[in-house]
Amino acid sequence: MQDLDVDGLVARLAGEVGARARAEGAESALAIVGIRRGGVHLAGRLRSRLKELLGREPPLGTLDIALYRDDLDEKGATPVVGPTDVRFSVDGKTILLVDDVLYTGRTVRAALDELVDFGRPRRVWLLVLVERDGRELPIAADFVGRRLTVAPQDDVQVRLREAGMPADAVVVTRRSP
Amino acid sequence: MIGRHKHCLGLADYSREEILEVLDLAVSMKEVLRRPIKKVPSLRGKSVVNLFFEASTRTRSSFEVAAKILSADALNWTASASSVTKGETLIDTVKNLEAMRPDLIVIRHQAGGAPALVAQRVGCSVISAGDGAHEHPSQGLLDVFTLREKLGGLEGRTVAIVGDITHSRVARSDLYGLARLGARTRVCGPPTMIPPGIEALGTTVHHDLREAVAGVDAVIMLRIQHERIGDPLIPGTREYSRFWGLNARKAAEWLTPACLIMHPGPINRGVELEPDVADGPRSVILDQVENGVAVRMALLFLLAGGHEAAIEAKS
Repeated sequence: MQDLDVDGLVARLAGEVGARARAEGAESALAIVGIRRGGVHLAGRLRSRLKELLGREPPLGTLDIALYRDDLDEKGATPVVGPTDVRFSVDGKTILLVDDVLYTGRTVRAALDELVDFGRPRRVWLLVLVERDGRELPIAADFVGRRLTVAPQDDVQVRLREAGMPADAVVVTRRSP
Repeated sequence: MIGRHKHCLGLADYSREEILEVLDLAVSMKEVLRRPIKKVPSLRGKSVVNLFFEASTRTRSSFEVAAKILSADALNWTASASSVTKGETLIDTVKNLEAMRPDLIVIRHQAGGAPALVAQRVGCSVISAGDGAHEHPSQGLLDVFTLREKLGGLEGRTVAIVGDITHSRVARSDLYGLARLGARTRVCGPPTMIPPGIEALGTTVHHDLREAVAGVDAVIMLRIQHERIGDPLIPGTREYSRFWGLNARKAAEWLTPACLIMHPGPINRGVELEPDVADGPRSVILDQVENGVAVRMALLFLLAGGHEAAIEAKS
């Protein structure tokens, strides 16, 4: 386990997002969508930062991708389906899609499919706190907090204070073969 | 999946945890149902056969809509338009439909136990959509879902079920479901419509409607089945309605202000429920219908969505 300065990373990422939003004229149409469960708290922290930077609070939504998984027949058990909550129209918005770890890219694929079922965003940016190797789909993040080099059999988890952890941390564990 | 079940044949087989798993999943499904684009891909490529040997509006369309929202293909089969009219047996019918490789069969049948018999003879999952006077598990689930949603929980609540308890599969599934979730129940109706020994399901028997509904959190009014009217169970609909029917005046005098009115449908207006109650502010009858789709989506997802080997190993 190693401590991760999530607040520092979020501050830097929010700055990058704000700058790009200004450059592309997307400040007023920016909305944040966190992918459950890892991306939700992160999306909340980004929103507070972006509110300071942009002078307005972007709308915040939550996606649960369980119903969009491509491995229902492979998983040993039925996945837990959590709440999806997107109360604003995504039409014409610039959506900042937020997740904690980018690995195979399959979660992001599912989230994109779910997102377009709500409407037609103007554009979608992907922000992840931690990026690691192992992509199985052609998906790349627009904003990356930290790149982590780990072995293929390693599992990377981000643990945040909001989830009851004493401090923000990233945990790397070796998967049993 | 918490449930060990490959089939859903009755709530008598479902534990509290298994019922809660369906209800919690149905909360997420209800959100999908209320989206502008009501479609998720989770059961893409799966097929569901709706096999209805009895007439149905709500249950059949509800299962069909639930399957379609989850992207499963639904085939609706009706006895009156099938080779059953030429004498084909139940088992021959399902074996032939099974040969078309459905992932799930939803069956309603006039004979209690028919879905269980079918479940023994086919390889796919089976959901009972009501069999004889046995059970109607998806109705029981949608009733407890609606009550939990409206009351905030069922622990310590009291629900009265009024009508022909003997012939009601809805009453039986409701009694199991409510008891598992910690609610107290009362059943009420003419003595000829209360089966002996019903107290074994943890309920109390009343013959006086006023006494049965005093202080309860909800009343579930059952349909008086027309086919039974005129037989010796009740002399006539007017007498039934006078003693066991609910109108606005009785509701105002006998029920607590927050008491909910439910009915599984179809309503015999003017018999068990007067329109002023069925369409009044206490009625959650149309919420039941909406919640029925969400609950059936959850059932389909749990039974057709999971890993087959994993479910079989547990069943």
